[in-house]
Amino acid sequence: MHFSLGFLTLGGFIAGIIFWGGFNTALEVTNTEEFCIGCHEMENNVYEELQYTVHFSNGSGVRATCPDCHVPHKWTNKIARKMQASKEVWGKIFGTINTREKFEEKRLELAQHEWARLKANDSLECRNCHDFEYMDFTQQSPRAAVQHSTALAAGEKTCIDCHKGIAHRLPDMEGVEGWQ
Amino acid sequence: MKKLLILATLSSALFSVLLYANEIATLRQGTPLDEVSTNPAPMQNVSNTDVKEIRAYPMQPPMIPHKIDNYQVDLKANKCLSCHARDMVGDSQATMISVTHFMDRDGNFLADVSPRRYFCTQCHVPQVERKDLVENEFEDIKTVIKQ
Repeated sequence: MHFSLGFLTLGGFIAGIIFWGGFNTALEVTNTEEFCIGCHEMENNVYEELQYTVHFSNGSGVRATCPDCHVPHKWTNKIARKMQASKEVWGKIFGTINTREKFEEKRLELAQHEWARLKANDSLECRNCHDFEYMDFTQQSPRAAVQHSTALAAGEKTCIDCHKGIAHRLPDMEGVEGWQ
Repeated sequence: MKKLLILATLSSALFSVLLYANEIATLRQGTPLDEVSTNPAPMQNVSNTDVKEIRAYPMQPPMIPHKIDNYQVDLKANKCLSCHARDMVGDSQATMISVTHFMDRDGNFLADVSPRRYFCTQCHVPQVERKDLVENEFEDIKTVIKQ
C-alpha cells in the first residue's frame, strides 16, 4: 500500500495542526489559576494568602493570577519552566507538602527558588505589568522615588531584591540578605 | 481577703466600663456593640509623606510617616527592621530604632532587639489627616508652661 506524496504532505500538515493546536491548548489549560489551585497545596496555602494582598484585591480591580507571576510569558522560557514543573508533579504524587506543617517546613526552600528565578531574569514577571520606562517618580512617595531612581535605575537592584513577600506570607527570613 | 480583692477588681473594671461607655458610643455613632454600624466612617488614606511628625510629649513613641500596608511583623520576618535596624540604616537612611529597644526589662543592653520591643506596631502607628473623632483638650507641655 502506497500513499501519494500529495496525501502525505497534506495529511502531515493537518496532523501537525491538530497536534500543535492540541499541545498548545493543553499547555494553556495548565496556565490557568483554576488549574493551579486544583491542588489543595496551592489553594489552602499560597492562594489563601494572596487574597489579602493588593495583587488580589484593590481599588481598580486589576489583579494578578498565579501564572502572571510564576510562569514566563515567552514561549521558550515557558516550556523550560513547564519542564521544571515536572518536579512539582513528583512532589504532588508523593505528598511533599500535603500538610500545612510540611509546607511551612519547606517554605524557605520553595521561596528561594522563586527569588532566584526572578533575580536571574531581572524580575521579568513583575515588569510585564510594572514597566520601569513608564514609572512616574513624582507619583511615588519620596522614599520610593529615591530607591527607584537610583538603585533600580542603575540596575544594581531588581524588584525582587526589596519586594519579597508582597503576594504571599514570608518564610523564616533569618539569614536572608536584607532581613533581620 | 482574696475574695475581697477579686470583688474589688471586678467592681472597678465594671465601673470603668460604665465610665467609658458613652465615649465608645460616640466613636461608634451610637451603634450597640453587638451590631454592625450601617453608616461607618469611610476608610482614610494613611499619610505617606515620609516627613517626621513632632511628638506630642517627649516619651511618645514616634509615629510612622509612611504606609505599612501588608508589612509582615511576626516570628518569621520583620519588614520594619529591614530598614530601621541598626545595621540597615546605612543603606536605607531610615531612623534607627532607639537604644531602649535593645534593653531587657532589667535595663541590660542586649546585642540585638529585645523580644519585648520586637512588635513595632504595639507602639508605633501610621497617621491619618482628619478631624478628631472625639473632643480633645490635650495641650503641648510647652504651651502649658507658658500659661
